[in-house]
Amino acid sequence: MKYINQEQVQSKMNRRLVKNNIFKTLFALATMFGIVVLAILIIRVLTQGLAWIDMDFITGKLSTSADRAGIMGAILGTLWLMIVVIPVTLILGVATAIYLELYAPKGKFQAIIQTNIANLAGVPSIVYGLLGLTVFVRAMDLGNVVLAGGLTLSLLVLPIVIVASQEAIRAVPQHLSEASFGMGATKWQTVKNIVLPASLPGILTGSILALSRAIGETAPLTVIGIPALLIPFPGGIFDTFTIMPMQIYYWTIDSSLVSEYANLAAATIVVLLVMLFILNSIAVIIRNKFQQRY
Amino acid sequence: MSLKTASKPIFTNYTEETFPNKNVVYDTKDLNLWYGETHALKDINLSIYEKEVTAIIGPSGCGKSTYIKTLNRMVELVPTVRTTGSITYNGMSILDKKFKVEDLRTRVGMVFQKPNPFPKSIYDNVAYGPKIHGIRNKKILDEIVEKSLRGASIWEEVKDRLKENAYGLSGGQQQRLCIARCLAIEPDVILMDEPTSALDPKSTLRIEELVQELKKDYSIIIVTHNMQQAARISDRTAFFLNGEVVEFDQTDTIFTKPADSRTEDYISGRFG
Ligand SMILES: Nc1ncnc2c1ncn2[C@@H]1O[C@H](COP(=O)(O)OP(=O)(O)O)[C@@H](O)[C@H]1O
Ligand SMILES: [Mg+2]
Repeated sequence: MKYINQEQVQSKMNRRLVKNNIFKTLFALATMFGIVVLAILIIRVLTQGLAWIDMDFITGKLSTSADRAGIMGAILGTLWLMIVVIPVTLILGVATAIYLELYAPKGKFQAIIQTNIANLAGVPSIVYGLLGLTVFVRAMDLGNVVLAGGLTLSLLVLPIVIVASQEAIRAVPQHLSEASFGMGATKWQTVKNIVLPASLPGILTGSILALSRAIGETAPLTVIGIPALLIPFPGGIFDTFTIMPMQIYYWTIDSSLVSEYANLAAATIVVLLVMLFILNSIAVIIRNKFQQRY
Repeated sequence: MSLKTASKPIFTNYTEETFPNKNVVYDTKDLNLWYGETHALKDINLSIYEKEVTAIIGPSGCGKSTYIKTLNRMVELVPTVRTTGSITYNGMSILDKKFKVEDLRTRVGMVFQKPNPFPKSIYDNVAYGPKIHGIRNKKILDEIVEKSLRGASIWEEVKDRLKENAYGLSGGQQQRLCIARCLAIEPDVILMDEPTSALDPKSTLRIEELVQELKKDYSIIIVTHNMQQAARISDRTAFFLNGEVVEFDQTDTIFTKPADSRTEDYISGRFG
């Protein structure tokens, strides 16, 4: 006796296939929605801004006159910011991840820290701005300089770097570190020679993605009070600075006064997007190049 | 062997009087071990003799791996582990918390169930141990690498591709590379936890021949759930069941006239 009746199967076949197609279309539409919106955005920005991008725009100083305005100051501001953010987040983030994954006793203490890091990753960025304003700008009396902004952004992306590094470290197969311990290696020797090299691609990928988040952040720096005025180019971490997203913000607001400012904002967006695109490509290249097989 | 004295810390309390019976490498007395609440080893008493192959057999989950991992204290990587009783290695109490595990593991190498080479070149895999223990001289490292690869009878197969990644080797070759890596720290004892269970019959045979070769210079403790393997390659066999040693004797005796009926049941394939 058979349980599956061929006739019944046949009679339901069409309905099943139709349903299958409906869902396929639904999922495809959902994907299309995102792609179309993104495409519209990019096309609009490109058509509006591309014509304004030339060497003078990239290397020029800020100016109230739309024809002469350049964004070198903002680009340098972003670069100086990165010079603070990269070492601070990498050193603190990776060290924290190593400690939590490999040294901290597994228990309540570790669980509490872990939960807090996860929560910190969800705190709105403007709150970090307030923290930065209170601690770095005022209490430490740094003023609204690169260092203060960089430390603030570091705090902001630190949870992301920690979590990404932890995941990368956890993905290193246990049997590799066992082999190392089995030969009498200390924990530090094992971390340095086996765990870190194997998790480096993951750590770097996560860190670069976190950095590109930091580059695009505006809210915390607004709170810190960085200017978008005609300031001189920043030459070090103790100089005041401005950044591209900030420039975009002010130019957009002021476009009601000078309509060309909207085009400058679009042009700046293009430059910013190109920078982010390059960073993300580097992340992908690193991931593919250094990925190891276990 | 001169490298060994130069590069390793020497146990200072080693004298002839401390252990008149030099033939015993490991002496286990009333060893109990818990993983949290799980009582995994119960009153183990076992002696491991020098330059012999000691096989540990028994059904899955009976504590074979746990026991062999207490011999180099790898079992401590599980944080919930608790032990009572004592194990002496060459007369030294190794379960003593003051005893340095790094020191122990330099003298006791381990080969794991699944071949686990590092994602590095063949050369770097073998040179890893010596480097860890402070050898930097390129010529000495070259010598150790060649000697160890020869010792693990894989030299001929890899001598022209030492710089290639170890993952390009077959499973059996990887396991012999892991044995070479272990020989490179110049241990006295080699612990092997089911070293052939992930390998095909031909590679298994090569490892078994290698074990025969190695016992001339090393004391070997091998966990296996393949009874033919235990019968073929070991001098002494311990039969574990539910965390206890049911019987420990010359391999011949275990397989021809076991004293305990449970041993007989197991080796005749009635359970396991
Ligand atoms: N890391 C661990 N945590 C808790 N229990 C474990 C752990 N490893 C092994 N055990 C338990 O200890 C017992 C012995 O395991 P094991 O030594 O791996 O046996 P075998 O190697 O003989 O198959 C089993 O009951 C197993 O469930
Ligand atoms: Mg086992």
